[in-house]
This record gives sequence, C-alpha cells and structure tokens, in this order.
Amino acid sequence: MKIIKPNPPQLKDLTGYDGALLVEIYRRMYLIRHFEQRVNELFLKGIMPGTIHLSLGQEATTVGACLALQPNDVITLTHRGHGQALAKGVKAYALMAELFGKVTGCCKGKGGSLHVGDMSVGALPAIAIVGASSPIAAGIAFAFKYYQTGQIALNFFGEGTANKGDWHEALNLAAIWKLPVVFLCENNLYGVSTHITDVMAIDYVAERAAAYGMPGVTIYGNDPILVYDTVQEAAAHARRGNGPTLVECLTYRRGGHKRDDPATYRPTEEVEIWMKTDPIPAFRARLEADTRVGEAQLALVEESVMQELEEAVAFALNSAEPPAEMALEHVYA
Amino acid sequence: MSTHSVSIAPDKETRRDLTIVQALREAIREEMHRDESIFVIGEDIRIGGSFLFTLGLLDEFGPDRVINTPISEAGFVGLAIGAAIQGMRPVVDFQYGDFLFTAYDQIVQQCTKLRYMSGGQVKIPLVIQMPTGASGRGAQHANAMEGFFFHVPGLKIVTPATPYDAKGLFKAALQDDNPVLFCVHKHLYGSKGRPLERSSLSRGYVPEGDYVIPLGVADIKRPGTDVTVVANSLMLHRALNAAEDLAKQGISVEVIDPRCLVPMDMNTIIESVQKTSRLVIVEETNERGGWGAQVAADVAGRAIGYLDAPIRRVATPDVPIPFSPVLETAVIPSEERIRAAVLELMRT
Repeated sequence: MKIIKPNPPQLKDLTGYDGALLVEIYRRMYLIRHFEQRVNELFLKGIMPGTIHLSLGQEATTVGACLALQPNDVITLTHRGHGQALAKGVKAYALMAELFGKVTGCCKGKGGSLHVGDMSVGALPAIAIVGASSPIAAGIAFAFKYYQTGQIALNFFGEGTANKGDWHEALNLAAIWKLPVVFLCENNLYGVSTHITDVMAIDYVAERAAAYGMPGVTIYGNDPILVYDTVQEAAAHARRGNGPTLVECLTYRRGGHKRDDPATYRPTEEVEIWMKTDPIPAFRARLEADTRVGEAQLALVEESVMQELEEAVAFALNSAEPPAEMALEHVYA
Repeated sequence: MSTHSVSIAPDKETRRDLTIVQALREAIREEMHRDESIFVIGEDIRIGGSFLFTLGLLDEFGPDRVINTPISEAGFVGLAIGAAIQGMRPVVDFQYGDFLFTAYDQIVQQCTKLRYMSGGQVKIPLVIQMPTGASGRGAQHANAMEGFFFHVPGLKIVTPATPYDAKGLFKAALQDDNPVLFCVHKHLYGSKGRPLERSSLSRGYVPEGDYVIPLGVADIKRPGTDVTVVANSLMLHRALNAAEDLAKQGISVEVIDPRCLVPMDMNTIIESVQKTSRLVIVEETNERGGWGAQVAADVAGRAIGYLDAPIRRVATPDVPIPFSPVLETAVIPSEERIRAAVLELMRT
C-alpha cells in the first residue's frame, strides 16, 4: 500500500494573528479532544447508549475551518460530527445530553451521535449518509445567494464521499451556478477500513475540482492555522460571487472507524508517521514559542475546559428522558 | 366533510374549461407572484418540461426563479432541500416521476427525516411535481410512483384527478410547510401532443383567481347508494365511466376520490361504506402493499359490521408494466374490471 504522507509545509509564524483567536483555536481543539475521550469512556462503561464515531486527531481541520467562518454561516456535518459541532459552537452540555438521548439535547434526544447539530449556531444537524449532505449544502448556499445575504455554506465530508454520485452532482451544480459554498474534505485516508489508494486512481481528492471548473487545494490538515487561512480565502472567494472551492485537508484518525474497531488494517509505517502529527500538543508548543500566550494561560484554558466537561456530563446524566409521546412529534411541521 | 367540485360550475356560457396542466400553470403563476420564496427547478423546464407544466415561467419570472438543471436528480432534489431549510419554497419538476428513484435517498432519508432527527429545528416546505402511471413507454417510465412513497412517514401525497382539484390542491401543497409529492397521471395533464383520458371530468371548469382545497379532504365525485368505489387519479375517471354504465343496469355507485393519499380522509370513506355496505378500491399501483390495502384494513377495522360483502381491490398485478399496448391495457385496471368487481359484489 502506498503511504500517503502528511507533508506539512514550513509552519507560519503566529505573531501576526490575533491572540484571542489563537487561544480560541486551542480551546476548541482541546475541548473536542477531551469531549470525545470522555464520550469514549462513558461508552465503554456502558453508560452511554447507541454508537459513536470519534474524530480524535482531526481537531485542527474542524476548528480551523469553522473559526474561519462567520457565526451565521452554516455548516453541514458528517457521521463523525462531534468535533464539527463543537467547532461551530454547539454547546458541550447540549451535545453531551444529545448523545445520551436526553430531552435537553441539542436535537431533543431524537438525533443522537449520528445527527448532532444546532441551527442557532449554524450547524445543520448531521447527515449520516455519505454524500447526501453535499447537495443540501449547495441548496443552503443557493438560498444565501438568492437572498443575497452574504452568508456561505461549508460542507464537511470525508475522502470516501468523493466516490459518491450525490457528491459529484453537488459539486457540478455549485460550480455552474457559482454558489457560495466551501467543500471541505477531511481526508483521514480511510473509509472505514478501505484505504484511499484502493478506491481512487488519483492521489488527491482535490484534483477532481478541475473537472468541475472550481479551485481545489490539498493542504496539511493538522495545522489549524493553515486550515484557517485556506478556508478564509475560499470563503472570501465564495462571498465575492466566485463560487465554490474544494479544500482537502490531510489528517488522520487516531483510532478506529468506530468504538469497536481496532484499526489493525493500517500499516505500521503509516500509523507511526501520522501519530507524530497530533495537532494539539504541536499547536500548544507553537503558541508558547511564537506568542505571549504562556503556559499559565493555557493551563487555565485547559482547566476551564475540563470543568465545562464535568458540568456537561453531570447535566446530561441529570437530564430527563424524552416523554414517550415525543416519538410521534416532529414528523410534520 | 367534503366539497363537490362538479356542482360549483357556473352556466355553460360563462364557464371556462381547462386541462390539468393549464390549471397547474395558473396555480403556480399566481403563487409565484404572491410569494417570492417560491422557485422552480428541474430538467428542461425552460421549454416547459416533459408535460409543459413550466411553459412560459422562464419568460415571466426569469432565470433566478426558474432553474434549468443538469440531469442530476439527486443533486437538485438535495439542493431544493437545502434551500427549503433556509426558508425558500422550492417546486421540483420531474420529467417523469419514475426518475425519483435516483433521488430516493434525498427524499426518503433526508427530506422526510431532517425535521424529525433535529427535534423540529428545521422545516422543509417542498413540492415535487411528478408525472405518474403508465402511458405506453414500457416498464421504466410507467411506475405508479405514489405507491412507492405511501409507506414513508413525513411526506404528503396528492393525486389530483380533475383540473379544478389540481389548481386548488397545488396551491395547498405550495402553502404547506412539509414535503409534498404532487402526482399527476401522464394521461391527465392534457398537455399539447399528449393523449388525454376520455372522461367527462378530464377537462373542466376552473375558476380564475385564488382558491385552496385543503390536503386530506376526499371528494364524492358521484353520489350513490349501492356500492362505494374509492378511486384516485386516472382510475377515478375509469370508475366514473363504469358507474355511469352500471347506472343503466340500475346499480347506484358512489364514487369517492380521496384526492390525497397522505393524509387520507378515511371518515368520508367510512361514512359512505356505512351507507352502501359494499366497497371496491381501484388503484393503478401494484396490488401487493398498495394504498388500497391500507384503506381495506382501515375499513375492516372500523366498519366491518356494516359490510354485506367482502372488500374488493382492483389494482395492477405484481408485474412491471409491459410495453405492448395490448399487454399494458391488460394489466392496468380498466372500466371493465371495475364493472366486474361491482357486479360481483352486487351478487353477494
């Protein structure tokens, strides 16, 4: 199997960036990482129902992308959506309650792990059918263009999606009508157990952008600043009326596809290379080296995140179950 | 509750008769002038689409609201869903309803579930205008599509049979906050160059201006006392022709047009069965699991004590639709089969 390497470019100096933004990037990545680790523990203890798909290792891509957007821009999420939701601003307690199926959850307990989201922060509850969200994201962008709101849509998807018909149709529609949408590929190299090189005869998903007549770029996705800058540029391109961009972020799942997958199908060499690219300690070290954000401030951030998570778990566990009659609600408006 | 569309027509001199496609065009034009959030999207709609439903709309409303698409059914249905989530009211025009299968996931898994899964955070007002039924084109352009979607929670399904109903129901569909499949039989549009079913109601009076027929209200198209026949869409016309014929033999048939399959106005059907004690259900869908089976089950559950004879269903057998005109005619329910079913019940 061909080893796809991260190929990180020379890291940018952080001194030109707003300190508050940098801290927020770190805070959200740290929140996602520890939220998901907590979820994993609760799940393995048998306390949490359902199934979970963790995005450990992909935090830089989701956070960099979402913070490059305006609060009223709208994202679509995938089945691996906890990180995308938190990155866009879904509250940890409402997300945790949703995973427990509680009535206080962001979708009243009717979505669960595979369908998290909150429209009030621009996160359309997740679409867990691979490829199906891309035309819908294009449609959200269609409405933004029609009403000239200046908003954009961002469609999260994995590299496996790039072989689905709905995805191709969506990219074509968005390109011919110059819709304000960013197609954001989290390329973690695997669709469940299947490596990208087994299912594509080209090296990178972004090469396909040319076929639709839109810009496409492949970047190292474990640097949140690189993702932030790239998505900001794609968003500005869309807001100027120039249409969509395909942004492919190379990243890696630090675990299996879902909770019971040991991911033994991955070659040791690849795992070793990619495990060294953990975005969170890397970004922490950069902050300390490049900026005035010091160890003390970061420790405070980490402490407050852990406190927030404690409260989120307690909130979820203490919340009520949905009343049985709610099963019959929300079918029709 | 039911409204009698036949009885409201004015005198011959002043009445204006239209076909269904003319009535639908009038409805969408009036609604697009009223509501800027409505747009129409589909294949070849700049030249009117397959059945000329969108004829003239591009000139009147421009390319921002009349969107001619690539051959990408899943893509443009998904796009319409996204636009609806953001407050628009898309009308998706299908050349043939049969092509909905290529967008099945978008309709069944996305359109009908996003509201539910999100705990009511979004609504998706979206109308899919779709030709349905057999019309001499072989198996892949002949599905009675309404049957395939009858099982799906979250959709409404409308199957108008007359021009008057089509206009009023289409307006109701456009004003509804839910996804609506608006299924018109290919032999009922009356589009130029297309065959129109021979029937006293396939062209008919349509008032100018605004009126709305609420979804989920059946219409007694012909009152009678001996047998209730429930039939929709093209089958309604065949049932009416059969009823007229049977009247000559002294049999009084009450013909009920459910107009909407979802929601279904069961009360009107039950009331009729309580009066006639006999029930025939006619549908173009394949027999196994057709909507008529649900009607039969509901009548059996709620009014079996009123029945003097078994419930009879007249449906298409469980085969794809053959091309040969002789074979197609043999499988699609005919006036003759409806007459035979009624006569059989009258003998018991």
